[in-house]
Amino acid sequence: MEITDIIKEENKVYCKPELLESEVHMHYCPGCSHGVIHKLVAEVIAELGLTERTVGVSPVGCAVFAYNYIDVDWIEAAHGRAPAVATAVSRLWPDDVVFTYQGDGDMSAIGTAESIHAANRGENIVMIFVNNAIYGMTGGQMAPTTLIGQKTATTPYGRRVDLNGHPLEITNLMKELDGTCYVTRQSVHTAAAVRKTKAALKKAFQNAIDKKGTSVVEVVSTCNSGWKMSPEKANEWMAEHMFKKYPLGDLKTERKYDEE
Amino acid sequence: MAKVQGAITVNTHRCKGCNLCVVACPTDTLGLAADVNDRGYHFAYMKNPENCIGCCSCALVCPDACIEVYRVKVEG
Repeated sequence: MEITDIIKEENKVYCKPELLESEVHMHYCPGCSHGVIHKLVAEVIAELGLTERTVGVSPVGCAVFAYNYIDVDWIEAAHGRAPAVATAVSRLWPDDVVFTYQGDGDMSAIGTAESIHAANRGENIVMIFVNNAIYGMTGGQMAPTTLIGQKTATTPYGRRVDLNGHPLEITNLMKELDGTCYVTRQSVHTAAAVRKTKAALKKAFQNAIDKKGTSVVEVVSTCNSGWKMSPEKANEWMAEHMFKKYPLGDLKTERKYDEE
Repeated sequence: MAKVQGAITVNTHRCKGCNLCVVACPTDTLGLAADVNDRGYHFAYMKNPENCIGCCSCALVCPDACIEVYRVKVEG
């Protein structure tokens, strides 16, 4: 069978999601995990029929231009304050589904207070946390989530516990809070992992529709430019080192209520 | 036995030549072209088109959503 016979509209099984802007060229480095996560968010929003009632809150970090790429309503928050802005939107527009898209600098450094308190209040929002263990946008400095021994621009001999402290597992902290209804850690390095992450995002958005509480989806990601590796080497390095500290899987699937 | 045949198209303007689809392909279908696109990236193409089974692995891992996948069942 000729290729031209296969490439026909009726045989199409996968294409770019409609909500992802086709004319805009994404500014991410080649092989960046952000692109895959954007794609999954766009797919999930369209599949749940939320196109007209989704509000995203974009962070400061590499994903700051997320509002240019996914065709839903967006607000750009001050650095780290995405969960606070999302709280306001979801309370003022209770019919809308609100999600934040944050990196590790945004959620686990400058925005720790806002993130933890939004999750503790059990706001009906989805928090997507892209953890690549480095500050990608500013040139690869150490982040709170940087692994022990990992070399970055500000820890050229590797991160040391006595000098820099321990990596912050913010998703594990979120799990302990009573306000969260779903806490999971996923990745996008293989096709199977991408499918699992999509299912996790779908569940998280469904929780926001059902007003069950805060859902946190951590996506362990690569920053091949910051890590100074090729995209496929970065994926291998992540599977070998990152998953030890940040093992994949659901951390919490149901909200626990205190007895009144 | 029915056999599955697939094919992909790559949006060569959008492709950044990150090579992740080539690594993800289980049937060694894809490769990076010797040519470059207008941004200077070696875009992905079907190196061995007869190998493609339309499994979508390449499209799923593509960070720039440039791959469309087509699949047909071939009888006999």
